[in-house]
Amino acid sequence: MPKSYADLLREARAQIREVSARDVDALPVGATTIVDVREASEWEQGHVPGATHISKSYIEQQIEGIAPDRDQPLVLYCAGGVRSLFAAQTLAEMGYTDVASMSGGFQGWKTAGLDFVTPIVLTAEQKQRYSRHLLIPEVGTAGQAKLLGSKALLVGAGGLGSPASLYLAAAGVGTIGIVDFDVVDLSNLQRQIVHTNDRVGERKVESARKSINALNPEVKVVAHEEMLGPNNVERLIAGYDVILDGTDTFETRYTLNDAAVAAGIPVIHASVFRFEGQLTTFIPYEGPCYRCLYPTPPPPELAPGCSVAGVLGVVPGILGLLQANEALKVLLGIGETLAGRLLLFDALETEFTELKLRRDPTCPVCSDAAVEARAAGRPLATAAVGGDAPFLLGGTGFGASLGAPVAVGEAQA
Amino acid sequence: MSTVFIPSVLRANVGGVKSLEVPGDSIRAVVTTLVEEHPALGSQLLTPDGDLNRFVNVYVNGQDVRYLAGLETPVASSDEVRLLPAMAGG
Repeated sequence: MPKSYADLLREARAQIREVSARDVDALPVGATTIVDVREASEWEQGHVPGATHISKSYIEQQIEGIAPDRDQPLVLYCAGGVRSLFAAQTLAEMGYTDVASMSGGFQGWKTAGLDFVTPIVLTAEQKQRYSRHLLIPEVGTAGQAKLLGSKALLVGAGGLGSPASLYLAAAGVGTIGIVDFDVVDLSNLQRQIVHTNDRVGERKVESARKSINALNPEVKVVAHEEMLGPNNVERLIAGYDVILDGTDTFETRYTLNDAAVAAGIPVIHASVFRFEGQLTTFIPYEGPCYRCLYPTPPPPELAPGCSVAGVLGVVPGILGLLQANEALKVLLGIGETLAGRLLLFDALETEFTELKLRRDPTCPVCSDAAVEARAAGRPLATAAVGGDAPFLLGGTGFGASLGAPVAVGEAQA
Repeated sequence: MSTVFIPSVLRANVGGVKSLEVPGDSIRAVVTTLVEEHPALGSQLLTPDGDLNRFVNVYVNGQDVRYLAGLETPVASSDEVRLLPAMAGG
């Protein structure tokens, strides 16, 4: 027996509970998932605050992404309350036990004088460029808009910075700052894939800019052609949302750490040696910082850089990509970062090992005492780094520092 | 015997091997044996006073011994001990 539209609607109304816009507005925040099942073009004109958009035509495919639990309370709405009834029927068929449809739809919501939000609208080109991101519920239009408005700073456009810069650019991170004072050398090209053979001798920041903009012309590249040091670090990192540490000296790593902790900016740390790499994410005051991990730098003979010891080209490639992955999660606010975990990579064994990291309660940079001292204008002394610096802390060593808390150092004059 | 993983920067001092089986029921005993058998490691791992250098982290089963019992951290026969110096390359 063929059914008319009116028959189908009657059946849906009989099966699906309907709630008013005011009922939905009164729901406790977060307890119920509100799904807008209209077309994307309607969603862009405005939607219920906190709602998630899944077009009715994708509801079967995408609902499990946002509501894996079949007993999760759901309210669906469309423009007038009809499409959401049919979509709710589909979800009931899929086993969702608590699905309601908002009567009157978004029109009813607006007529009731309730607040709505207008999402950031991507251009047609952006929708196409980032379509694979937009399909992921954890990114979507809102996440992509966040990336487009984000600023990431790469310290070093070398082995780690090369893959990271290209993937962050491809992902649509709106502003990419690059700190590097060097020029492209032929020996860089074994791993530094952001540079090219015809740019040997060119400034690295300019070479990187060309590759980044060739991949994604809408990324704004800010070139900082200078060496990061204590005198310029605050200025260089100001305004960035996340920093990727791809430098190759301990001086720079400690200087960057100290300034980033003070500024409250997360640093994605990676370092490489021959076939091995280390990676972690330092989120100020939430997890340890670089000085918690390594209170003092090693002597130069124990920690040669790539130019002395060599490195398999793919090792910084892999670690740099993992840095980009961490950076994207930090910017999007999704997933679990490596804060509090150190990931070791061994290319020869193809082996990843994870070590637990802790905040050092006596850290001269990120401990409570260090924060107070900084606020009082008397930052705590830190272990010196540099050619003439003593690398050991006065023979106290590691064992002596255990047990009773040790002084974190004296205030600098 | 615990398994001590040697980072590549220190492998030249232990005949190029990646890991060693070392007896000892504490980090102090393991490190002492390690340095006795491979004297070249001594200056890399220990201060002149015999403490571990602060630029080498030591982990037992993924946990930093600084937050366990330091050199007195007990080591069982199946434990994994990892020496981890900082690296700077980028």
